Amino acid sequence: MLEARGLCKSFGEVAAVRGVSFTARDGQITGLLGANGAGKSTTLRMLYTVLKPDQGDALIDGRSVIGDPLAARRSIGVLSHGAGIYNHLTARENIAYFGELHGLGRAERTARAAELIELLEMQPFADRLAKGFSQGQKLKTALARSLVHKPRNILLDEPTNGLDVMAVRGLRKLLTQLRDAGHCVLFSSHVMQEVEQLCDEVVVIANGQVVAAGTLDDIRAHGGDRLEDAFVALMDGGEPRPEVAK
Amino acid sequence: MNLRGIWAVFRKEFRENLRDRRTLLSALAFGPLFGPILVAGLVQFSISHAEEQSEENIALAVTHAERAPNLLAYLTARGIDIEKVDLDENGTRHAVVTQKHKVVLDIPVDFGDRLQDGQPAPVVLYSDSSRGFERRGVGRVRTLISQYGIEIAQLRFLARGIDPISVLPISVQEIDVSTPSSRSVIVLNVMTYIVLLSMLAGGLYLAIDATAGERERGSLEVLLTAPVPREHLIYGKIAACASYMLISLVLTVTMFSIAMSFVGLEQLGITANLGPAAAVTLMACCAPLILFGASYLSIISGFAKSYREAQTYLGLIITIPTMPLMFAGLLGLQAKAGLMFVPFLSQHLLMTTVVRAEPIETSFVVISVVSTLVYGAVLMYLAGRLYRREALLG
Repeated sequence: MLEARGLCKSFGEVAAVRGVSFTARDGQITGLLGANGAGKSTTLRMLYTVLKPDQGDALIDGRSVIGDPLAARRSIGVLSHGAGIYNHLTARENIAYFGELHGLGRAERTARAAELIELLEMQPFADRLAKGFSQGQKLKTALARSLVHKPRNILLDEPTNGLDVMAVRGLRKLLTQLRDAGHCVLFSSHVMQEVEQLCDEVVVIANGQVVAAGTLDDIRAHGGDRLEDAFVALMDGGEPRPEVAK
Repeated sequence: MNLRGIWAVFRKEFRENLRDRRTLLSALAFGPLFGPILVAGLVQFSISHAEEQSEENIALAVTHAERAPNLLAYLTARGIDIEKVDLDENGTRHAVVTQKHKVVLDIPVDFGDRLQDGQPAPVVLYSDSSRGFERRGVGRVRTLISQYGIEIAQLRFLARGIDPISVLPISVQEIDVSTPSSRSVIVLNVMTYIVLLSMLAGGLYLAIDATAGERERGSLEVLLTAPVPREHLIYGKIAACASYMLISLVLTVTMFSIAMSFVGLEQLGITANLGPAAAVTLMACCAPLILFGASYLSIISGFAKSYREAQTYLGLIITIPTMPLMFAGLLGLQAKAGLMFVPFLSQHLLMTTVVRAEPIETSFVVISVVSTLVYGAVLMYLAGRLYRREALLG
């Protein structure tokens, strides 16, 4: 479970995130929806301990990202923006490297890498150097890498960027599987259909603040039948409405 | 302290860069192979050139040769090949500039008359002093002409009943006390420079790839989410960089040892102490610098935003530590306790001592090793601090 509690972050003069609070529960897929520059990535980066909040805190399964970042990191798997992997390692080695960083022994990480390669159907390219990988192959490698230590919580920053339809479907299937296995999945996106198809809960962010949160139906109640209409209605509201900002 | 993260990062960087042609070439080929071969080739070239010059007759073009037959006979007898030419002054200058004739002697019209009258008889010698290899030839012609003049003077004194010895009040005897090994240092001075530079270059691309490159690829962000203290990540990278520098150092010194054994240094009366034992000592002198160098490169490229930017910085910055060596060369610095506190310079001076086959002061070695390791540890700590900063992600 992930809990953001009044997260604030500024870069110089720019206040990127201004008091974001929400909860992403186990066994659910939570979508962080917002326009470009709304503060989604900054919020995620604070949750996965790469940025330190100026104010507020975040709890990963009850462990503070400020108080005990190492413990918090053990129970998160991260797919960062762009999903950078190591070009001179094979897909299998990329996965095993993160297993090692997470403290898995040699036999354990080898077995785990093989398991993930099968799960994500990566066999055709598992032992090739990552240099010439397609976007989809890179994403699968990065996903497997983030799952190698069986994290309870999975955070993904714009995971479908640059993927073709088949790759997106594959990702969707995997995230659903993870949810059904009881994991807490949190991903950011600015694509409405994606959020609509996948999410159990949605947190809408604008100007570094949460403007709406709840189930898809809760969000749609802000206007129109479609999520997109509701989103536009929320954005038009400009300042967040106090009754929906938690 | 749990060192698992350092070990994991070290192994991965080591293995990944082993597959990177750029890193591999710079660590294992450019410095270690080309450096020693280049130096050995240059030394061999200057040796063979010097030999040729001392044995070969010197070509001398003479205008108006008919005006000084005795002088020319004197020169011919002492290994100067006379070629009679007919050139005016401008023609002569042009011939020397274009190297048609390397040295030209012009006998003025009044040469014979003035000589007869006991007046200083001028001759004009044209040469191009910007051409290093020709200087020896000019020197020999000039010396021979002066000797000819002295012989004439001595004959004149004799004719006037004066002992010619009395007009040579001072005679200079030159004694060169340089030993063959110490003379070799002049020839091989550039070697220490190449060893140190090649060692740094060995870790260069790994340092860039592991810091700026990792950030540019976007893999740094995920790496920072691993449950490993951030400073351990950079320590592992520094360790991998250091291992490449060590490989480069060992290869470079070994190659020097091998390449120099093929060069006919003894023909110059030079022996360089570069056997297996000396090679190992040279490596040991430089080894403490590796921590310093690896941390230094990692910090600089850690500040760069991209691979290219890091390359630009490091191309310049890699030469900074070797600058004291240039001063050492210019000022002719000798090993002193105070200088042993200067990284790179102390290693240069110790290596020079070893190549000269001179005894090494234990205290110098201790100061050099300990101070260099302390600087290295401080830099490594600073690199760790750098990786704790949030701005690292750019």
